[in-house]
Amino acid sequence: MSEVIAIQNCCAAYGENQVLSGVSLKVKKGEFLVIIGPSGCGKTTLLKLMNGLVTPVRGEVAVKGKALTEWDLTAMRRGIGYAVQGAKLFPHMTVEDNICYVPRLERKMTREEKKTLTEKMLALVDLPQELAQRFPRQLSGGQKQRVGIARAMAAEPDILLMDEPFGAVDEITRRGLQEELLDLQKKTGATIVFITHDIEEAFKLGDRILIMKEGRIWQEGTKEELLEAPRDAFVKQLICK
Amino acid sequence: MELVQILWDRRDFFLTCLLEHIRISLTAVVCAGILGILAGVLISRHRKAAGIALGVINVIYTIPSISLLGFLIPFTGIGNKTAVIALTVYGLLPIVRNTYTGLTNVDAGILEVAEGLGGDQRQVMLKIRFPLALPVIISGFRNMVVMIIAMSGIASFIGAGGLGAAIYRGITTYNMTLTAAGSVLIAALALFSDWLLSRVEKAVGRRYGIE
Repeated sequence: MSEVIAIQNCCAAYGENQVLSGVSLKVKKGEFLVIIGPSGCGKTTLLKLMNGLVTPVRGEVAVKGKALTEWDLTAMRRGIGYAVQGAKLFPHMTVEDNICYVPRLERKMTREEKKTLTEKMLALVDLPQELAQRFPRQLSGGQKQRVGIARAMAAEPDILLMDEPFGAVDEITRRGLQEELLDLQKKTGATIVFITHDIEEAFKLGDRILIMKEGRIWQEGTKEELLEAPRDAFVKQLICK
Repeated sequence: MELVQILWDRRDFFLTCLLEHIRISLTAVVCAGILGILAGVLISRHRKAAGIALGVINVIYTIPSISLLGFLIPFTGIGNKTAVIALTVYGLLPIVRNTYTGLTNVDAGILEVAEGLGGDQRQVMLKIRFPLALPVIISGFRNMVVMIIAMSGIASFIGAGGLGAAIYRGITTYNMTLTAAGSVLIAALALFSDWLLSRVEKAVGRRYGIE
């Protein structure tokens, strides 16, 4: 089974407002898929379908070969990393407690276990060890993002969902984070679905890029395929920025 | 001067009243605190029910305290029990409202991540939502405590003990000093509790990084 996520003809709506109309999508194991599109195109909703934060009004979502309706959602989510714009760290918890959040949902951890895991994760996202006991408000934007990624990966998920995780950091930090993320994927072999509105970022990171517009998948392909044969003026404008 | 004199001369009486006052208030604070926080947590999950529940509590709050005590007499008689019930009912408003406000104002994005990472409803509430709402809840608790201590003074009108007994006795015997002494002690107790809780509030704020 090489499809880790399969979305079949899904529609999603917030009240009257339809945000996804008949989207189908397959994500292969170990793939780095980037979703790009203007704001309001439904890319965040598409991502949230994958961890069940949004339930489709029509269509089916399957993760690791099992329909979401058959999954115990909390158990499934613990195997899927989730990182969002602005990191959204838990402000009342230290960096260590933030990182250990997911494993501790399952079981009690000793002080030693927490320390070991935090050391490992901080090293993985290239942060100094002395941050472990700091609170999120004492971190810079880039550091917060890194902790957010460490928190998402602490339970060693094989899928990582990322919603504009580098949206709120400066250009230089962002480039560093991109390199590290690619590195991280090489090391862990995780499947990553990544949302951005920055085409450069999409080209740099994505094995495959999915362009969305008005709740539909407008075009998908590798960087080369998109540059060679853009579907229309909209895609051309997006990729020529 | 007269005030200090009377406080000293009748210190045993005042001490008994003060302890009784603390006992009644504390019982009401514990009852209203537990009920209020539970109610606040419950209605924070059902926004429709929240409007109704807060509305009802608001209406109760507008009943003059003296008549609420009167309403209760046929059911629970006179004395401390009735006083505690009335004080609990009054104490509910600030604590329910603040618990609800605190819980519903937690950053939705943070809650979504907490859920998206695999927290179930109970875990998200206990680990994330409630702790983040705690400063607001404590400030409601502070309001409630001060209010209950102040209002306990009225409880003596239905035969309950406490410092209200000193005030009441002062009024009925035209002894203004006695009334003033009772009032001053109530105010002092309220201010002291408020100060104590403000320290707790600050400590929690520091711990949770939301000053």
